Amino acid sequence: MRRPSRIAAIATAALCLPGMAMAAEGMPQLDFANPLTTSQVVWGAIIFIILYILVSRWALPQVSSVLDQRAATLEADLEAAHAMKTKSTEAVTELTATIARARAEAQAAINAAVDRAKQEAATQTAALNERLERQLQEAEQRIGEARSAAMSALRQVATETTTTVIQRLTGTAPDTRAIEGAVGSALAARGR
Amino acid sequence: MASESGGSIDAMGQFKLTTAFGEPGASVYFTQSNVMMLVACVLILGTLVIGMRRRAMVPGRLQSLAELAYTGVLGMCENTIGHGGRKFFPFVFTLFAFILLGNLLGVFPLFFTFTSHIAVTLALTVLVFVMTTVVGIWMHGFHFFSYFVPQGVPKVLLPLLVPIEILSYLSRLISLSVRLFANMMAGHVMLEVFGAFVVMLGAAGLVGWLPAAVSLGVNVLLIGFEFLVAVLQAYVFAILTCIYLHDAVHLH
Repeated sequence: MRRPSRIAAIATAALCLPGMAMAAEGMPQLDFANPLTTSQVVWGAIIFIILYILVSRWALPQVSSVLDQRAATLEADLEAAHAMKTKSTEAVTELTATIARARAEAQAAINAAVDRAKQEAATQTAALNERLERQLQEAEQRIGEARSAAMSALRQVATETTTTVIQRLTGTAPDTRAIEGAVGSALAARGR
Repeated sequence: MASESGGSIDAMGQFKLTTAFGEPGASVYFTQSNVMMLVACVLILGTLVIGMRRRAMVPGRLQSLAELAYTGVLGMCENTIGHGGRKFFPFVFTLFAFILLGNLLGVFPLFFTFTSHIAVTLALTVLVFVMTTVVGIWMHGFHFFSYFVPQGVPKVLLPLLVPIEILSYLSRLISLSVRLFANMMAGHVMLEVFGAFVVMLGAAGLVGWLPAAVSLGVNVLLIGFEFLVAVLQAYVFAILTCIYLHDAVHLH
């Protein structure tokens, strides 16, 4: 508690001293009997007016011209950048379109090639099928011929076999006409 | 600054006016206060003109300072005065720069502070006061005096309120001038007093050395504080000028 109070006392003394000093000495600022107090204002007015004229006519326009110039340059640069950007966007769009077109063309070419290949394959397949069909028919025809040949031989074979078997069994030569008739009826029974 | 006469602290001696430039200066009562005004003018014009001389696209230090002051005060004018604020920009800039330099130069030892004289600050205030009034009458004619009639108030109260409004308008003369003058004077008196403490206590031998060192420390802090006050008071003076101009231009 002692410390703050001491500080407060010192602070109070410090704050009061200027006031006391002022009271003791009197303020030169309020000494209006002194001609210098008013003369400094007159001179100050002259200096201030000259300063105002110089600042407003000479100094500030230099600052504003530089600032305006900078603003204009920035504006122009920004505009140029904008134009460039538009141009580049256009170029990109064009490029994309070209790529899309090329891709479409390529796809069309591929499709055409595939179609052609398919068609060719189909033609070839058809030709092959046709040939195979023909060969098959020829083969079937040959088989039929062979079969009918074989069938026509069957009657003779059956007759001869029957004649031989009967001859061996009976020891007499059978009646050829009867055998032929029997074989014919047997074959007819089997549908031959 | 620290001067001692007969054991008491001469805190006010620093505000005493003397003539400058010898005999010719004395004959026309040219004071050291006016010399500091001239120094301020040279510094203001020098900063602006030398700073902008290179007209650099990317500004250097001095050019940045000039541009910062320009754009700062211009922004203050346009934001505070509002529409038509640009017209008053050269005046507000001159006023701000003049007071700022006066305050800042005063912080340096041996330099006289012309803003610590009520005559100077009152003259500046009268300039602002007359200007705002003239601008108000110029722009609004007789209608300007409606500024003293508060709106939306019962008519019965007007005989009471109008004198109060006029009084508050006139009191700008006192508040604006005394604010700047008192701030600058008080700071310099404090500096003087603590400076005198350092000398007096330091001369008192070993016992006084510690308090003398403390006083020196206080003075170091005060110098920093004074720089703050110097800038702040110049800003306050300029912004209040802008507010008064706003009132004159727009009425309320």
